[in-house]
Amino acid sequence: MMIEFNPGLIMIIGGLFVPLLSGMGRRVLLVALPVAGLAYTIALDPGMSQTTDLFGYTLELLRVDKLSLVWGYIFHIAAFLGVLYAIHEDDPLQGTMAQLYMGSAVGAVFAGDLITLFIYWEVTAISSVFLIWATGTERSFRSGMRYLIIQVGSGVLLLAGAILIVADTGSIAFNHIGIDSLGGKLVFLAFGIKCAFPLLHNWLQDSYPEATVTGTVILSAFTTKLAVYALARGFAGTEVLIYIGAAMTAFPVFFAVIENNLRRVLAYSLNNQLGFMVVGIGLGTELALNGTASHAFAHILYKALLFMSMGAVLFRTGTVKASELGGLYKSMPWTATFCIIGAMSISAFPLFSGFVTKSMILTAAAEEHRWIIWGVLLMASAGVMEHSGIKIPYFAFFAHDSGRRVKEAPINMLLAMGITAALCIGIGIYPDPLYAILPFPVDYHPYTTGHVITSLQLLVFAALAFVWLTISGLYPAETPSVNLDFDWVYRKLLPRFVGWLKSGISEIDRSGRETLLGIVDDIMAFVHRHHGLDGTFARTHPAGTMVFWAVALLGLFLVLYLIA
Amino acid sequence: MSDHNQDRQGEAPRWLDNPGNVKKLLWLLAAIGLALFATDALYHKHVHFQAESVFGFYALFGFGAFVAIVLAGKYLRKILMRPEDYYDD
Repeated sequence: MMIEFNPGLIMIIGGLFVPLLSGMGRRVLLVALPVAGLAYTIALDPGMSQTTDLFGYTLELLRVDKLSLVWGYIFHIAAFLGVLYAIHEDDPLQGTMAQLYMGSAVGAVFAGDLITLFIYWEVTAISSVFLIWATGTERSFRSGMRYLIIQVGSGVLLLAGAILIVADTGSIAFNHIGIDSLGGKLVFLAFGIKCAFPLLHNWLQDSYPEATVTGTVILSAFTTKLAVYALARGFAGTEVLIYIGAAMTAFPVFFAVIENNLRRVLAYSLNNQLGFMVVGIGLGTELALNGTASHAFAHILYKALLFMSMGAVLFRTGTVKASELGGLYKSMPWTATFCIIGAMSISAFPLFSGFVTKSMILTAAAEEHRWIIWGVLLMASAGVMEHSGIKIPYFAFFAHDSGRRVKEAPINMLLAMGITAALCIGIGIYPDPLYAILPFPVDYHPYTTGHVITSLQLLVFAALAFVWLTISGLYPAETPSVNLDFDWVYRKLLPRFVGWLKSGISEIDRSGRETLLGIVDDIMAFVHRHHGLDGTFARTHPAGTMVFWAVALLGLFLVLYLIA
Repeated sequence: MSDHNQDRQGEAPRWLDNPGNVKKLLWLLAAIGLALFATDALYHKHVHFQAESVFGFYALFGFGAFVAIVLAGKYLRKILMRPEDYYDD
């Protein structure tokens, strides 16, 4: 009989011992924790559960079913790869926080009730910000603060929604929620923030490029995919998600085209990939949800691979700005190769992982006769080819030779990239093991003649379009710049508005005081005219002087009393 | 962040450094594209939507969408682009 507990606890509790060790001991522990977590997760079977009673409510600390297992597996794999990629670093704080973060993401996936989910949800927020702050710059600190406020805010909304749901239903269980009730709407918004819905998305592009070389790789895997899991659990088949998801696939594409920071391009690209998953959740059919789960699985790997390759470039050259890079294939051939494998995977080339997963979502949209959504997703697929398939590898490793000659990435980074690349190709060539762990039985065959040919047509002609645009000089040059996005509202407009409000309030305050003082002066003048030495009352009443002074003194007392 | 610019003197030119070779690659890509386009005549496409039955639909869509996205991005830049230190005040 196996002792049943939430596998996230392995990395959370184990992570607390990270600062106590140093050197080889710490490295072994860092790698061993996700491996142990994965082994334990593989041993779990659907239906297993662990509950405890608290204040009359039943907390389900562990809930194992097919949906949570998909995320449980891939989160541990990503954790292992992320740790391996970072193992050259001697930073106990980042090491500890990464374990807490990854462990709590796993914990949240296996949480069976909203309160347990909330606790893990907040721990992911608080622990992950250290991966941004570890960069150690003023810029990363401020970006991390914005990230933290937004992430914790998401947790507060989740808690508020959970309380309303408990009041309505009397149950804290985390199952299908729906957006009919106010509580449901709040939880939906909480998940939406973490999932980077349009207009709630900017924390992602703001913070991920500011995190450390290794931090971004780890961040990219967990937070947003946890949100995708939570949406799939609580809001499958919610119509509005189809439109939100479609918008998410489309708009980041345009920003990615013009963005100069290649890690920010990848953050936009991540946002775009989440859109495909959200559409799948909104469609809510078995094929669509299988598509979402498998796409999340494949996406975590190729997105981590792309962030790893750009991290290696940043590590060696000190920059990831497209305008400062180029020609790096000469000095970083392995990194370039792995990056291209990631690029082909995300672009969904046949034999690469994206091909066998993303297409399930497109097919599901087509089967539901949603031709506009399908068209948007297809357009976004061409966009993926643009920003991740071509732009990332081309401007970093080819294009105009920047003259930079650097060392190849460290061996542990190459190893992590190599394993991730092998998994991307492995899933593409032989998707059956992935299909076997999906929530619903899979009756889908990616390698049909039509699918292979149409995919290749789309991608090769997109590449030809790039060639034509570049040769004709129409392709926009990479320029050092930032591009305004929705974060402009709270980074520029709102501070400006607050500044205006502050000066407005002090203006009203000043003129208010002046008016009041004027009135007091007028009253005093009036009193003086009638009660003063030559005043009417003074003349008819000789005692007026005394009275006036008595009144004045009483008034003064009153004023002093009021002030004191 | 080491060895920013190691000595490049005496470095042997790479195959890709020769513009002629790049041209060869691009012609190869064009040839592959042409072949893929023609393939539509050779098999029966199972379609969900009418548009898909247009000859070479996916090729045309891929090319058109890519150009549209890049050109749209280019014009978007006129509205959205700011100097790098825009937020640093």
